[in-house]
Amino acid sequence: MRDITMGQYFPGNTVIHKMDARTKLLAVLCYIIELFFVKTLAGFALMAVALFAAIAVSTIPFKMVARSVKPILILLAFTAILNLFYTDGDPLFRIWKLTATWQGLELGVFMMVRIALLIMGSSLLTYTTSPILLTDAMERLMSPLKALKVPVGELAMMMTVAMRFIPVLVEETDKIMSAQKARGADFESGGVLKRAKALVPILVPLFVSSFHRAEELAVAMECRCYHTDRPRSRLKSTVMGARDYVMLALMALLFAAILFGTNRILWTFIPTV
Amino acid sequence: MRNEIHPAPMLETIELTFSYPGEQRQVLKGVTLTVERGSFVAVLGHNGSGKSTLAKQFNAVLLPSTGKVLADGMDTTEESLLFDIRQRVGLCFQNPDNQIVATIVEEDVAFAPENLNIPQAETAERVEYALKAVGMWDFREHSAHQLSGGQKQRVAIAGIIAMRPRCIVLDEPTAMLDPQGRQEVLATIRHLNREEGITVVMITHYMKEAAMADRIVVMDDGLVVLDGTPREVFQQAGYLEEIGLEAPQATSLIARLRKTCPALRADVLDEQEAAEAIAAVLREVKG
Repeated sequence: MRDITMGQYFPGNTVIHKMDARTKLLAVLCYIIELFFVKTLAGFALMAVALFAAIAVSTIPFKMVARSVKPILILLAFTAILNLFYTDGDPLFRIWKLTATWQGLELGVFMMVRIALLIMGSSLLTYTTSPILLTDAMERLMSPLKALKVPVGELAMMMTVAMRFIPVLVEETDKIMSAQKARGADFESGGVLKRAKALVPILVPLFVSSFHRAEELAVAMECRCYHTDRPRSRLKSTVMGARDYVMLALMALLFAAILFGTNRILWTFIPTV
Repeated sequence: MRNEIHPAPMLETIELTFSYPGEQRQVLKGVTLTVERGSFVAVLGHNGSGKSTLAKQFNAVLLPSTGKVLADGMDTTEESLLFDIRQRVGLCFQNPDNQIVATIVEEDVAFAPENLNIPQAETAERVEYALKAVGMWDFREHSAHQLSGGQKQRVAIAGIIAMRPRCIVLDEPTAMLDPQGRQEVLATIRHLNREEGITVVMITHYMKEAAMADRIVVMDDGLVVLDGTPREVFQQAGYLEEIGLEAPQATSLIARLRKTCPALRADVLDEQEAAEAIAAVLREVKG
């Protein structure tokens, strides 16, 4: 359970920390889209260099960022293997009836790198941005939707509360698991089905206590005058500054480079095909 | 009518009764109580005595079935005054984890001023005032979940102080804390009362905590059964035990000794005073 780093925030004082959360959110969104345009080794190298540079500037230890990939390692391996065997092309080796191909190897590795970079990029966002500023940024970026009666403010509050309670619920799950283990529960042996069944005695108390918490939290929020029908002020509201425009410009440049690179490859390929 | 020279008491309940919707049993059976401005009142009672329900009546989380509750002179059933009431009478609960809304300390403390749409500069000022008042200013940029229980509860209190309330009602604020956290929170509460002039109503079932108040109100079965200074209340050690409460050890020791030695002073609060009382009697016997 300790591997869950989602939603954690490491306060700091770097350019990345100080950047407007809207900029960071847009930059990460942009980065993710770019990742799906990239199709060459050079392109991935460029994307990786861009991310590592950002990590270096943020002074977040690289290990911390890399750790965010840990929970999805199995997914990564699965994707890579699937790509390796199910892509048509020049045979590399055979196992039983399955043929691995060079093209599959390339595609598999690229997909792995793509997902890893995606996760690392988005965790850099949450590591360097306080959850309130992040949800605030979402609220502000989505504010045009208010005209369509989308409850943007309430959605942002839900996100804030959800992020606040991730560590609380992780801790609670640990506690319940220890309590059940102390009474002889076994979570580590048996097949998938048996293990899934073993989770029921954890999930039930977790749900019950979550509802209990939600009710208490709602009353506490009301006691602090929470409402949804009038404007709320902000402790921190950031204004876009020079660094934000520089960042957005850099992201645009990266986008252009990736698009140009991909297209140039296309140009060189198309005549020969 | 009350006027400037005789302002309304901070909190007032008049013949307050309450039963939860759909339930026959009355949790409060006619509570008439006045809390003076600037005072520190402890409400003492065992589980089910109605003390937590009473706390929720003070800032209109619950509304009376019959009778009246006046918070800073405002009738809690007046819906248009709801935010004014909640702002003047803050309510703090037992479990700090379930009161903290935002991940970062200062952002959580800003929650109430933000709800009240207070301009940014003043919100920042209030956050600073509140965090300094509870001694958590140095932790303003910490994640709430990395704090100890006592620290979390102080942050929760700061979240209420940021509304600049005139009164703060605390519902068993130390029940989930370790001894050190309990000391921290109690010191904070005393500071808010003595130095910041905030009226404090503390719900508790710990006698020792109640002893630090100016006045103790004892509740049993939905009624106020005792009301007086800690000394006056603790003298009724026998009665307190009858209704499921235990007087502080020193007080109950003296109560038992008095059965054979009526010369002992009855109104002792702590070990120090008990020792002095016994020493005084011994000196008399010798002399």
